[in-house]
Amino acid sequence: MATATKSLKKQGNDLAQSNRQLEILSNGIFKSGELPTFKDKISETSQFPLKAKKLEILQINVGYMCNQVCDHCHVDAGPDRKEIMTRDTMRQCLEVIKNSGAHTLDLTGGAPEMNPDFRWFVEEAAKAGIKDFIVRSNLTIIRANKKYYDLPEFFKKHNVHVVSSMPHWTRGKTDKQRGDGVFDKSIKALQELNAVGYGMPGSDLKLDLVYNPSGAFLPGDQAAMEKDFKKALMEDFGIEFHNLFAITNLPIARFLDYLIASENYEDYMYSLVEAYNPAAVENVMCTNTISISWDGYLFDCDFNQMLELPVNSKSRHVSDFNEELLEGRNIVISQHCYGCTAGAGSSCQGVVA
Amino acid sequence: MSKPYYDAADLRKFGKITEWSEELGNKFFDYYGKVFEEGALTAREKSLIALAVAHTEQCPYCIDAYTKDTLQRGITKEQMMEAIHVGAAIKSGATLVHGVQMMNKVNKLDG
Repeated sequence: MATATKSLKKQGNDLAQSNRQLEILSNGIFKSGELPTFKDKISETSQFPLKAKKLEILQINVGYMCNQVCDHCHVDAGPDRKEIMTRDTMRQCLEVIKNSGAHTLDLTGGAPEMNPDFRWFVEEAAKAGIKDFIVRSNLTIIRANKKYYDLPEFFKKHNVHVVSSMPHWTRGKTDKQRGDGVFDKSIKALQELNAVGYGMPGSDLKLDLVYNPSGAFLPGDQAAMEKDFKKALMEDFGIEFHNLFAITNLPIARFLDYLIASENYEDYMYSLVEAYNPAAVENVMCTNTISISWDGYLFDCDFNQMLELPVNSKSRHVSDFNEELLEGRNIVISQHCYGCTAGAGSSCQGVVA
Repeated sequence: MSKPYYDAADLRKFGKITEWSEELGNKFFDYYGKVFEEGALTAREKSLIALAVAHTEQCPYCIDAYTKDTLQRGITKEQMMEAIHVGAAIKSGATLVHGVQMMNKVNKLDG
């Protein structure tokens, strides 16, 4: 993959349009019947319609702005994206956080730290006493500008669980996916997180890494990858972390653009369908998660948010959030969902089966 | 343009060999699956061996399959190339060691 400097949206690329992506995912090999649609596949095991269970995770996307333009990004995030959650919407989210039964709050982006109200929001949200408070940090943001240098201390102060992307333990593979210099900055940021206690054995300051493949192939066994990452990062840089989550790249946005441009799209969809695991469907993350967009709308997951597929419920916005109405809703699906059910499954917390 | 003799998409149809000989095909795939499970060797080690053998056998389908498999296991391109060199060394060694037979024959005929 070659690293771009502009989002698909800024480039005026067709694939910035969610309906264009959905059209691709519904036509071709799926329309011809060469491969079964996701609906047909889960129907084989009587798992259609997929139903939402009790809400456990609130995932809030505080904006699509990012300091990086990663090749695989399903958000199509980048410095040129201007969609940012306002403090008013954050206030509405805080009401939901305080009143919801969810045990996990998961802040994502873009680079969530680039939202000007990020620190205020973290401080307020931490007061809700939610059990697991995750911030998805891309690591390089910590080294991007002096104003972010104290982020490790800030995270520690609010007992934030840091989950960070790290595509590989080698410089070449990391920089290929995420841009030149990303590996060195990420290593430095991890060392700084370690220095304040994050990721250390027995530490309550949780630091987990996310691995996602650098190309058109699926992730390998999560436990084996974790062992390799731990060994390499410790031997080469003295870095400690807790868990590695292996996440499958879903065929949407920039990763879809890459698959098509590199003529890997059909093979990749075949790989996903061949690796389909009905056991993973049982625990797929959309069944216990609500994803809230920068402008307050509700989605089954961050991927559906990017495809502009809203929840199938009367409660559609954070301003009229109704947990009872949302529970038991039918999950909105398309062929991208195969990404979460391949092999051991994939979620923002890694494997599910 | 004429159709190439090998078609990469044919690899997806490998499973169909059972359609014309179900019992033998199934036995083969059961055996194949078992071979690649974790055992005294790790699945990673087996994947690298398979990649090297795929090259010595010059099987384009196997090369595609095990290049992808090794990538999925996080194996680096340097490790992949070294594995292929192991296969190549055995192949060339197997050729060259027959030079001894040639030398024996020369010595017998013309020594």
